[in-house]
Amino acid sequence: MLSNQEVAEELVKKFGDDVYDFEEPYGLLTLTTTREQILPMLNYLFHSEKFRINFLTDLTGIHYPDEPGREFAVVYHLHSLTQNFRVRIKVFLAEADLHIPTATELYNCANWMERETYDFFGIIFDGHPNLTRILNIEEMDYFPMRRQYPLEDATREDKIDALFGR
Amino acid sequence: MADIDLIPQKNVPARIGQPELVGELTTLNLGPTHPATHGIFQNILQMDGETIVSGEQTIGYIHRAFEKIAERRPFYQITTLTDRMNYCSSPINNFGWLMTVEKLLGVEVPKRAQYIRVIMMELARISDHLICNGILGVDSGAYSGFLYLMQKREEIYEIYEEVCGARLTTNMGRLGGMERDLSNEAIRKLREFIKTFPPVLREFENLFNRNRIFMDRTINVGPITAERALSYGFTGPNLRAAGVDYDVRVMNPYSSYEDFEFSIPVGQSGDTYDRFMVRGEEMWQSFGIVQQALENLPEGPYYADAPEYYLPPKKEVYRNMEALIYHFKIVMGEIDAPVGEVYHAVEGGNGELGFYLISDGGRTPYRLHFRRPSFIYYQAYPEMCKGGTLSDAILIMSSLNVIAGELDA
Repeated sequence: MLSNQEVAEELVKKFGDDVYDFEEPYGLLTLTTTREQILPMLNYLFHSEKFRINFLTDLTGIHYPDEPGREFAVVYHLHSLTQNFRVRIKVFLAEADLHIPTATELYNCANWMERETYDFFGIIFDGHPNLTRILNIEEMDYFPMRRQYPLEDATREDKIDALFGR
Repeated sequence: MADIDLIPQKNVPARIGQPELVGELTTLNLGPTHPATHGIFQNILQMDGETIVSGEQTIGYIHRAFEKIAERRPFYQITTLTDRMNYCSSPINNFGWLMTVEKLLGVEVPKRAQYIRVIMMELARISDHLICNGILGVDSGAYSGFLYLMQKREEIYEIYEEVCGARLTTNMGRLGGMERDLSNEAIRKLREFIKTFPPVLREFENLFNRNRIFMDRTINVGPITAERALSYGFTGPNLRAAGVDYDVRVMNPYSSYEDFEFSIPVGQSGDTYDRFMVRGEEMWQSFGIVQQALENLPEGPYYADAPEYYLPPKKEVYRNMEALIYHFKIVMGEIDAPVGEVYHAVEGGNGELGFYLISDGGRTPYRLHFRRPSFIYYQAYPEMCKGGTLSDAILIMSSLNVIAGELDA
């Protein structure tokens, strides 16, 4: 069994200052890296004999509009089926430059997950074979999961949010 | 007959060389509302005669923006959204979501509730697999097996009805436990089901498992290697059919799954027949778990002692000040969750169903992402049906058990 400590130490040894913000929410090793290092890191974890973290469980995005310079995050959940070890890797991106390299070379399943993330957040995965919208219509001209698009019609005045606990 | 070449062993005519037609491809629209797709999604297939050369998928026809809606709803109201993802096994989705929130809140669910959840989840898995295998039979031209199985699914839905009041979109369970205990009627129906289910499934297996026509139609149809399956993010029965014994129930046990004895069936070649057989065997294993859980059902409360999250009994609400306050706060969605970040996965009918929940300390999730197994493995479909015929493609699709609701969320 791998421990969080072991993997974290190995990653620090390998990537130095490019991995930071280590956390363990509910026991799941969470760390942050940079856009430049994400592919080398995924590759390293994939091919490392010791870790074999070679299953991409999930890939998604998050929008933090109140954190200038790091408004968007791309979150990778990886899993090692042989060691039963999960790790969560985050990459923060600035709204002005929403580019991140694609992981489709390494994982076939990243294809649609990245398209979904692009569809919802407008994060551009460089090198993706077919980066088009997947769940929404092609003609849509905004990215609906961004926080500035409220769910209900904001012009309605007959519902006061405070009264509804929202 | 003398001028038709037959492919040895397969007993089907070989393609007769017609040089003027070689290289001329036909485009075929399979879907969005094709009866064989069992849901709304489109496949644009390039066909060379009967053979599929390439395929392209369009999905999103029933996209309902659950992740966006969830950002404005209190936690307990999101359970009803999860019903509508994999609607063949809604209780698994419900409990998966509730367990995610319980993990965030740190609520410990009592043993009895965990066992009831296990019973319901395994019944859901059985009903999910019944539909998948039954439909596979229908698509290969054998209708009768499906009708036997539908009887049993009906009985499972009646048990749901007894436990939660609904049949399809169950909204089963509450944060911290179940909304009510197993009633005597529910237990009677469960026992009845345990008695009558094995002969029906056995009869279905007798119809299919060694059926020559069915085997010819499914063996070596749409195979996928374990390596490709992992790269495509397969989980659940489809991955196990390719020979990888990954099951969330065993690897990361939740809801007391470690108490039960069951085995994980695996296939070898990952073809349609293996997927069928793995699902068939999984039903027996699930059936065993239901029996064990019902026999060893612990006594005790069926909900956690967490008054700020679990609705108090109605009688208390009328008499007791605290209960009234909690009732009001829960119903109005005024319960603040702690700040946190949780990923919780359960073994859904189709594989690892994950919930990635980020809470900023408010009443609603800051961000909720569903890891939907169908969405992830359906990408492999063009690769799997390439080189096969159209009728193979339909069997591959139904053996993958792509559920449109889960695909699009």
